[in-house]
Amino acid sequence: MSIQQLYMEAQQLSSAKLRDDIVQQLYEKSHRLCSEGIKYTKSKRDTRTEKLDAIFTSPIFGFPIMLTMLGVLFYLTIAGANIPSSMLAEFFGSLEKYLTAFFSFLNTPEWVHGVLVLGLYRGTTWVISVMLPPMAIFFPTFALLENYGYLPRVAFNMDRLFKRVGAHGKQSLTMAMGFGCNAAAVISTRIIESPRERMLAILTNNFVPCNGRWGTLIVLASLFMAANFTGGLKSLVTTGVIVGIVMFGIIVTFFVSWVLSKTALKGIPTHYTLELPPYRKPKIFDTVVRSSLTRSWSVLMRAVKVAAPAAILTWVFANIFIGDTSILMYAVEFLDPFGKLLGLDGYIMMAFILGLPANEIVLPILLMGYLSTGSLTEVDSLVDLKQIFLDHGWTWLTALNMMLFSLLHYPCGTTLINIYKETKSKKWTFLAFLIPTVIAILVPLIITQTVRFFGWM
Amino acid sequence: MGSSYRIALAGNPNTGKSTLFNALTGLRQHTGNWAGKTVSLAQGNVQYKGKTFHLIDLPGTYSLFSNSSDEEVARNYIVFEKPDVTVVVLDATSLERNFNLALQVLEMTKNVIICINLIDVAEKQGITINERILTNRLGVPVIKISARNKKGFPMLLDTIDRIVTGAIECQPVPMAYPDEIEEKIKKIEPKVFELVGNQLSARWVSLRLLDGDEKLLNEINQRFGQKEVVE
Repeated sequence: MSIQQLYMEAQQLSSAKLRDDIVQQLYEKSHRLCSEGIKYTKSKRDTRTEKLDAIFTSPIFGFPIMLTMLGVLFYLTIAGANIPSSMLAEFFGSLEKYLTAFFSFLNTPEWVHGVLVLGLYRGTTWVISVMLPPMAIFFPTFALLENYGYLPRVAFNMDRLFKRVGAHGKQSLTMAMGFGCNAAAVISTRIIESPRERMLAILTNNFVPCNGRWGTLIVLASLFMAANFTGGLKSLVTTGVIVGIVMFGIIVTFFVSWVLSKTALKGIPTHYTLELPPYRKPKIFDTVVRSSLTRSWSVLMRAVKVAAPAAILTWVFANIFIGDTSILMYAVEFLDPFGKLLGLDGYIMMAFILGLPANEIVLPILLMGYLSTGSLTEVDSLVDLKQIFLDHGWTWLTALNMMLFSLLHYPCGTTLINIYKETKSKKWTFLAFLIPTVIAILVPLIITQTVRFFGWM
Repeated sequence: MGSSYRIALAGNPNTGKSTLFNALTGLRQHTGNWAGKTVSLAQGNVQYKGKTFHLIDLPGTYSLFSNSSDEEVARNYIVFEKPDVTVVVLDATSLERNFNLALQVLEMTKNVIICINLIDVAEKQGITINERILTNRLGVPVIKISARNKKGFPMLLDTIDRIVTGAIECQPVPMAYPDEIEEKIKKIEPKVFELVGNQLSARWVSLRLLDGDEKLLNEINQRFGQKEVVE
């Protein structure tokens, strides 16, 4: 007898209320065990958690507190990362001089120095100095909030909004995960039981900027959006812009979820129980060490692994000439008209295309592209960096468009692979690529054309 | 020396399961993929009395009825990968809800340790737990620990050690269902046994079939093929 036949037989024996009976039996036994084996001496309930929940999940204060937390988290990351970032950049910059001297001492051919130092070394150290400090602050702080028990409250607050657009409240948890890494967040959507709502969470996760895009967003925001401010105020304005960008991403998430749940993924949201665990004081030291060591380090290693080959490739493309134009320039010129339409340029489009394997490398590739044609050859500080952009005709509009494109564009290669593995469907994976791409093209297009139409630029 | 045992950690979310895992394995851990699926489970080693306990941190779930893929992953690991010991981590402050999962695990496999975590918090709240009574009622060892403060670890490791060496034998007390269900189980259990032999608990598989668990059916089909008799 095969298992199928047995299953049929079992189904004939079974009745509709069997599952209820089983579950009830489990609960009754749990109850019996507890009344036999457990004594409650003091009737002291956990009133602290209740009091805190009244504040954190209050209909009035819930959202303002959430926004403030988000703002503080970003402010700490941005303000705290500034100095270590520039110190790292300076350190790597001075090291580069020695490397260059060493290579000329060895009399190596020019292209070896080009590939290894100007390509590989510069690309990867750029990634490290831009990415490491913000990650070393963001991850531990986020982990502290997580361990304290705040994240389930966020899910609780967001639940109503998600319900309204036809999605699952737990999607806010997978979104929170997306701040770290979209690829990981796609896997974390497994906590959502219904396949329909899970698909919504997968398709929209990309609208939360992952740490690979933090670097781009933070650098551009502080260079162009907060240019007229100094000191603490500058970080504050940068934070404001970043929070705005994140909020915009969340609005797009809601909008896309809503459209999808009315069209391709019709259905009503399922009910679920969300446990609000008691607030627990996190082991601060352990949490900080563990999250900086494991999370930051592994994300960084991934970034460097992808950045290294991409950096070499970019250098090679920029230095192989057909006629008197490099391969890179052919591509840039080809993409330029389209880029200009979106208020971007050919270099930026090129950087996003080459940056498909990992968002971390978009900015380094862009810089290498600019540098391969420009006169400046060394980036020691953020001031030089801004000059490079300005030399290539950047304005605040270019920066804003690039930030929006970065926020909205297609997921990175790793995320796409994970989406395919999770959905086992080429169609949905393609949609996960297509939907963000279309939005990423439309939004800057509309903004640019509006700004130009009204002559604000 | 050199003998290695697989120890799975199961439990509800927010019971400190990962805290326990991290505290036991330290930084000697990695994530691995399982059985063709893209699930990554954290794994790490603990050395104890010359043995290696290979710990696998299963996804935190409220039940094992394979409602979500997390539940399926946890369930499949316990049932099909057959860890040498399954440690079910419970939150001492909400045992009534947590026992549910423990009872489900006890139906699936024999070598189980019930590990009641956050005992420090529970004591502060005036909750006294008599682990002897619970051990007696469940038929498997019940241990109280505090993973945050690394309390109760020697007892836990020693119990794992004594189960893998056979010094303790776990005899889970079977869940008794209403007569109506028990009769149905009796009808198909012998046939299930013919099919799965000692590989799986025939009683549990029968119950799942009665419950209409198609995911389990598919899983058994995949793993056991169409063989008439296994073993």
